[in-house]
Amino acid sequence: MTRKLNPTLLIVLLAFPILWFAPAGLKSYGLYVVALWLVMSIAAMGLNLTLGYAGLTSLAQGAFLGIGAYATAILTVKAGWSLPASFLVSTGLSFAVGIVLGFPALRVKHHYLAFVTLAFSVVVFLVARNEEWLTGGVFGLANIPRPVLFGIDLGGGLAFYRFVLCVTLVLTLVMWWLLHSPWGRAFLAIRENALRAASLGIDIRAYTLLAFAIGSAFGGAAGSLYAPLVEFIDPAPFALSASFVLLLTVVAGGAGSFFGPFVGAFFSYMLPELLRATGGWYLIIYAAVVLVLVMVSPTGLLGLIDRWRDHRSQRRAATIRAAARPTLGARQGPQQGSAS
Amino acid sequence: MELPRPRPRRILGQPLTLPMLRMGPFPLPGREREKNIRNADMDQFLQLIVAGLATGAIYALAAIGFTLVWQTSQTINFAQGEFVMLPAILVLAASHVGLPMWLAFVVGTVGFVLLFGFGFKRFLVEPMQRHGVLPLAIATMALSVLIKEAAKNGFSAEAQQFPSLVPEGTLSMLGAAVSVRDLAIFVVAVAAILGLQAFITHTRTGRTMQATAQNPTVARILGVPVQRMILLTFLINAALALVASYLISPVYLAKFSNGEHIGLAAFIAAIVGGFNQIRGALAGGFLIGLIDNLAAAYVSSAYRTAVPLVVLVVVILVKPEGLLGRKEERTV
Repeated sequence: MTRKLNPTLLIVLLAFPILWFAPAGLKSYGLYVVALWLVMSIAAMGLNLTLGYAGLTSLAQGAFLGIGAYATAILTVKAGWSLPASFLVSTGLSFAVGIVLGFPALRVKHHYLAFVTLAFSVVVFLVARNEEWLTGGVFGLANIPRPVLFGIDLGGGLAFYRFVLCVTLVLTLVMWWLLHSPWGRAFLAIRENALRAASLGIDIRAYTLLAFAIGSAFGGAAGSLYAPLVEFIDPAPFALSASFVLLLTVVAGGAGSFFGPFVGAFFSYMLPELLRATGGWYLIIYAAVVLVLVMVSPTGLLGLIDRWRDHRSQRRAATIRAAARPTLGARQGPQQGSAS
Repeated sequence: MELPRPRPRRILGQPLTLPMLRMGPFPLPGREREKNIRNADMDQFLQLIVAGLATGAIYALAAIGFTLVWQTSQTINFAQGEFVMLPAILVLAASHVGLPMWLAFVVGTVGFVLLFGFGFKRFLVEPMQRHGVLPLAIATMALSVLIKEAAKNGFSAEAQQFPSLVPEGTLSMLGAAVSVRDLAIFVVAVAAILGLQAFITHTRTGRTMQATAQNPTVARILGVPVQRMILLTFLINAALALVASYLISPVYLAKFSNGEHIGLAAFIAAIVGGFNQIRGALAGGFLIGLIDNLAAAYVSSAYRTAVPLVVLVVVILVKPEGLLGRKEERTV
């Protein structure tokens, strides 16, 4: 083990115990908000893979969140399955639907793809709202159970939060591994230049589908955790606006950076809860902040930090240069301008 | 998602299932009752067509503005629907402050064009243009949330009456009762579009604008003031949204959430017709308006929103450049 530990991985492993113990003092609402942040981070992580790494603009992540949540709710409430089994099925279902939806991604790009996925989102929402026999329609599905796993009852707020945290850790590590595998590099290559990637022998078809499907599977996994977290689901949280907000989340955090989804989800899902005291104005404040953020730094919050770091190192270099100038000047003589 | 629309009439207590299939070019000889149903169907069909053309004209106005702005500055304006929603709200807000109605209209109109024609271009699009398409699109998404929530909190969450310039009532046309408002909407919107078309093709400024839309770089080399032309398209976009807003608000009432449906319909219209053609957006608008109204009556009111979307997906997959669009060249 002479290899240096990757700093990204180090942050993940350090953050885990902090997040494990820190919210212990919170009341149930606080725990719910923190758990919601993690769940949405998972969904945003999936979209970050699709958008940030593979460069496919998707407006369907909210729909996949819905597919995962409804699949889990239906399987646990109506069929009486356990959560782990439902989780796997929900994630697998989202993966499969993601592959199907990925086919348009092979034909069209950019805004066209955004509109195809937008159409998909609306259709999923309509099905959730109209097919009452399956989804409960506007009344939704209630009493989604929180499971007992390995003899631990996850019914309480803290226990379920820690369960969500563990799943988040696993999925984060999966994502990290994925991005550092040849697959992740292939995704990047396709985003940067699809033609060049193809000429290097990367199967664009397969990798585009895969990026889409894996991103969708993360959305489904997040939905599968969302359902037992809230214990009640109706179509409203999975409407088109949910997909918009998830897209804003990824861009606000920093599309294509590993921790961008976590920062963005904090911004999009915890900030509104903190601003709840302002009454109906919190969405206005949130939208205004996002607007200013995107204008100031299109690479997101983490891009802002990167830029600040660049700026500082440039300044440092400038001061060093300035300090070195007298000695350089003495060596070259004061009249160097006329010499050249 | 949906705007309130009167449900289609049911004739003789029978639900109208797929009358399209039953409607041949010639009425087949049959019992008298059958024939009556067929005539009633025909009436309803005509009403739906006129209503569809009226809605379509509104969509076309929004879609043309959307296309113009896209052509000259590569802006995907996700707030386009909110642009159509807002002017009516501004007028109502101005009149609530105590201004007389005509002054409220002036304030709403001028305020809107300044804010979302000039201001939108100058303070949002211009600084962000160099970052590419996506950040700007995201910014307009945030702007749409901002406008919508501001209208909801700053003005009213309830639907409000909006004064109509056209009297209510019906007109007999080919034996069918047709709403005067629908006809008026259609006529005014088409007049606005024809005026715009004439401006673009027959005046020097219009042709310069077209040149900017087709190739900004070459236009700049030929001495076209490109930024001023882009500004002009933003002003035209605001004006079209204004017309659409004043036309549609008396029918659908002024409400903060109206923009969602109109915006979506405008995108669909623009893409279905052809993202890079004004006449494409025009045709797309009418097509989507018709499909929207016919689907609500004949397919399913629960899934009416989905029908135009299915059309959209089919068009994107089969002919991504749109029905009337031309292919954009790819550069390697």
